[in-house]
Amino acid sequence: MSPQAITRAEALTLAAQIAAGELSAREVTEAHLARIAEVDPLVGAFLHVDADGARAQADAVDAQRAAGEPLGPLAGVPLALKDVLVQRGIPTTCGSRILEGWRPPYDATVVTRLRAAGVVILGKANCDEFAMGSSTENSAYHPTRNPWALDRVPGGSSGGSAAAVAAHLAPLAIGTDTGGSIRQPAALTGIVGAKPTYGGVSRYGLVAFASSLDQAGPMARTVADTAALHEVIAGHDPRDATSIPQQWPGLRAAAEAGAAEGLTGMRIGVIAEHDGPGWDAQVRAVTADAIDRLQHLGAEVVTVSVPHVVHALAAYYLIAPSEASSNLARFDGMRYGLRVGGDDDSVAAVMSATRAAGFGPEVKRRIMLGTFALSTGYYEAYYRSAQQVRRLIADDFAAAFTHCDALVGPTSPLPAFPLGERIDDPLAMYLADLATLPASLAGLPAMSVPIGLTPAGAAPALPVGLQIIAAATADATMYRVAGALAADQQQQWGGLLLDRAPSLSGGRP
Amino acid sequence: MTEPVVDYAEVLTRYEPVLGLEVHVELATASKMFCGCATEFGAAPNTQTCPVCLGLPGALPVSNDTALASIVRIGLALNCTIAADSRFARKNYFYPDMPKDFQISQYDEPLCTDGWLDVPVVDPESQTDGVIRVGIERVHMEEDTGKLTHAGSTGRIHDAGYSLVDYNRSGIPLVEIVTRPITATGALAPQVARAYVTQLRDLLRALAVSDVRMEQGSLRCDVNVSLAPIGATAWGTRTETKNVNSLRSVERAVRYEMSRQAARLDAGQSIVQETRHFHEADGTTSAGRSKEQAEDYRYFPEPDLVPIQPDPAWVARLREDLPAAPHLRREQLHAEWGFTAAEMRDVVNAGAVELIAATVAAGTTPAGARKWWLGELARRATQLGVSAADLPITPAAVARIEQLVDAGTLTDTLARQVIEGVLAGEGEPDAVIAARDLQVVGGDGELGVAVDAALAAEPEVVERIRAGKHAAVGVIVGAVMKQTRGRADAARVRALVFERLGVVDEAAG
Ligand SMILES: [Zn+2]
Repeated sequence: MSPQAITRAEALTLAAQIAAGELSAREVTEAHLARIAEVDPLVGAFLHVDADGARAQADAVDAQRAAGEPLGPLAGVPLALKDVLVQRGIPTTCGSRILEGWRPPYDATVVTRLRAAGVVILGKANCDEFAMGSSTENSAYHPTRNPWALDRVPGGSSGGSAAAVAAHLAPLAIGTDTGGSIRQPAALTGIVGAKPTYGGVSRYGLVAFASSLDQAGPMARTVADTAALHEVIAGHDPRDATSIPQQWPGLRAAAEAGAAEGLTGMRIGVIAEHDGPGWDAQVRAVTADAIDRLQHLGAEVVTVSVPHVVHALAAYYLIAPSEASSNLARFDGMRYGLRVGGDDDSVAAVMSATRAAGFGPEVKRRIMLGTFALSTGYYEAYYRSAQQVRRLIADDFAAAFTHCDALVGPTSPLPAFPLGERIDDPLAMYLADLATLPASLAGLPAMSVPIGLTPAGAAPALPVGLQIIAAATADATMYRVAGALAADQQQQWGGLLLDRAPSLSGGRP
Repeated sequence: MTEPVVDYAEVLTRYEPVLGLEVHVELATASKMFCGCATEFGAAPNTQTCPVCLGLPGALPVSNDTALASIVRIGLALNCTIAADSRFARKNYFYPDMPKDFQISQYDEPLCTDGWLDVPVVDPESQTDGVIRVGIERVHMEEDTGKLTHAGSTGRIHDAGYSLVDYNRSGIPLVEIVTRPITATGALAPQVARAYVTQLRDLLRALAVSDVRMEQGSLRCDVNVSLAPIGATAWGTRTETKNVNSLRSVERAVRYEMSRQAARLDAGQSIVQETRHFHEADGTTSAGRSKEQAEDYRYFPEPDLVPIQPDPAWVARLREDLPAAPHLRREQLHAEWGFTAAEMRDVVNAGAVELIAATVAAGTTPAGARKWWLGELARRATQLGVSAADLPITPAAVARIEQLVDAGTLTDTLARQVIEGVLAGEGEPDAVIAARDLQVVGGDGELGVAVDAALAAEPEVVERIRAGKHAAVGVIVGAVMKQTRGRADAARVRALVFERLGVVDEAAG
């Protein structure tokens, strides 16, 4: 395979060829490092590229193969790791100045599992600061650009991970999703991204934004690759008390079953509240076409009301900032990362100067929101009632899943928007997560798959994603629907939607 | 600055005190509350730490089942209800000894509630035994903080050039036991406070859940006191004196606060609701933080931990395995030990029941254990102004010393020197014996040489003994003791002298 073919190949294809000795892991890594050197200056997907570490991991896989030892399921396949997951000895900033220079002394459980599977970690992917944002513009270092249109955002907060996969800098990426941070950038960059059931993937080593919502998940160009990566990172972890004590086999098999057998016998609900005049007309049109295809694939499609989702945004922006205000307290300049202030300053002065200088405006906004929401006299009205809304949303979904196997709707109310358009308007930015917040609050598995492009006009043609939500722990069901859609698209389009994106080679778009 | 006080006897002519006691107990689990780190006291700073108890970004807590069993056992022994569903909560405030800048504690859903403890109190006037039932409001679990050391001339934070923090203690399981208001104690209030802490400490020692060493901080007490005019229906405003670290100090703190508050009330001043610091040196308290300055801790349920839902069968097993209630246990031990009623009463009054039980368990006779705890150790404790239980010597060490005396390896005099060494922090008994060279000098070898030398040096004394003035043997014994630096058994020396001189000792039986 040529280096260019390597960077466009599926993860599972690369893994199979490496296992068969047709490709070396080193070759695969070098092809991606070269592509990063060429293209990432345009895209800005990475905060840190660990070229030497990646080569060493690749060489270890090649040595293992040469010695006849069994290889992990994704051995030798490169991956971009969102910079909110710790990797021993590798800078972890969470996109924030406050952690500049910190090198964690331990591996996240996700990283441990990736290593065990032989995955080669190329480096740390850019993100909104502490995963707070929907455009990756809140990174304290640099924005990431959408490979489909470099003047547009890739979504966020896992925008670096999404852009790395969409720009063929890595076939796989790990993102994290608190309110949509995997699904929304996957939709905006035309790739696949899945948020597992809450508790499906260990949070140990994921720097917390909102503990009751945070989930790491897989991102890739195909449904099968996404499922394969999901199987690698999911599973019970005794280091995370909220981790579900079960394994998650059968995700790839479910995707394959959907591809082979279609959706006959399945009933799929379209979320009534996630459609209507407030939603982008082009996004609505592309989504309607995809829903037709689901019907064509044999599913019974019904409209379902999930009434309390209209309160999801309000509830989310109380719960997530409340937890964040507590989780981010530890960044005080005492033990690691940035410290601002002199030896003569008091502890309190150093703490506040460090936090004033180290956190960006969006992080500060949410810390203040959360601090206020948890304070005496306001807790009942804000945090407690938000938790009640959360319960009502979960109950709505549970009711819907008594008669539906999966729910669908647009992942994002609008396609990729221009850089700078919403950065000064927090409410407009928060609306980007309108469709993804409900499943987060309910802890449900949800994923985004590419379903088409908006028509080119004043704006270029931009990808649209369909969100597929399943019942808690029914992650396999979601992959079955995604697998069927992907196979159907392959037939219709003769390839991936992403094949229509600009190639970005030669250092120019 | 000392505040005016009213003579204690006079306080009681006008006011009735109400007490409340909050006791913090460090559990003696092998590992910390939320991670696997060791808990051993006295290790080099920051050697017993990991990402979890250092609060590193991404690390997560997981509850220690042994600690949960310990708190349930404490709750059961205090006749509490064990909650079917209980939660951890985050207590948020910034302080450098707290690595996450929040403490995992319990707030409105504690594990144990509504219990009581019967406390024996002797009426000083009638000398009759009485019992006061102290209500227990709640028993809950939390994690300890790290320990700050302020480098500077006074050891106080305001004078410190810098401060050092040791996180070895961070995350050690702490149990907080809170009483209901204790009323109608009148003049006995200080004594009741002391008796309650003593009784609680004995109960915790009998449960073997904690070292309960006040001087090492494994048992700490906050004392709440308020006064109301006799006959008043409403209680007065209370103060909370923090970290009172000996039984004697508990008594003194109550007495002082009663006298101080009475002086303010007499002068028409109000009592400020505040925390106060206790000063060992003069037995006074001084103002800390007032209620207005108190922080808003912004408690909310800890999202990283799942609710505690103890299995009823497990709780039942723990209940069955509890040691007998303190008064039953005292009766049982009294019978086992064969002490007279007067001896047993002395033991109880000295707070030495559990110390003797533990010493007997470590391998001595009850009489042997009693001899030390009510003799030399009681004397040392009085000198230091602490209770015997707070002396830095373990029952196991006392048992070892008594065994060596019993075997003739130590004389009582030497044993007292060993105790002195242990209390001075020179190590365990065997280490002290080796370092101070304290073994009894053996019979006919070395001791014979010393006796012969003394006899040769004192021909006149020898003549007087031979002439029947047997009391003169004391001169020779004294010389031998001097020669052997006290390591000889005086009776043995005396016997050797008479044997050497061929004289029959009149005193010998
Ligand atoms: Zn630890």
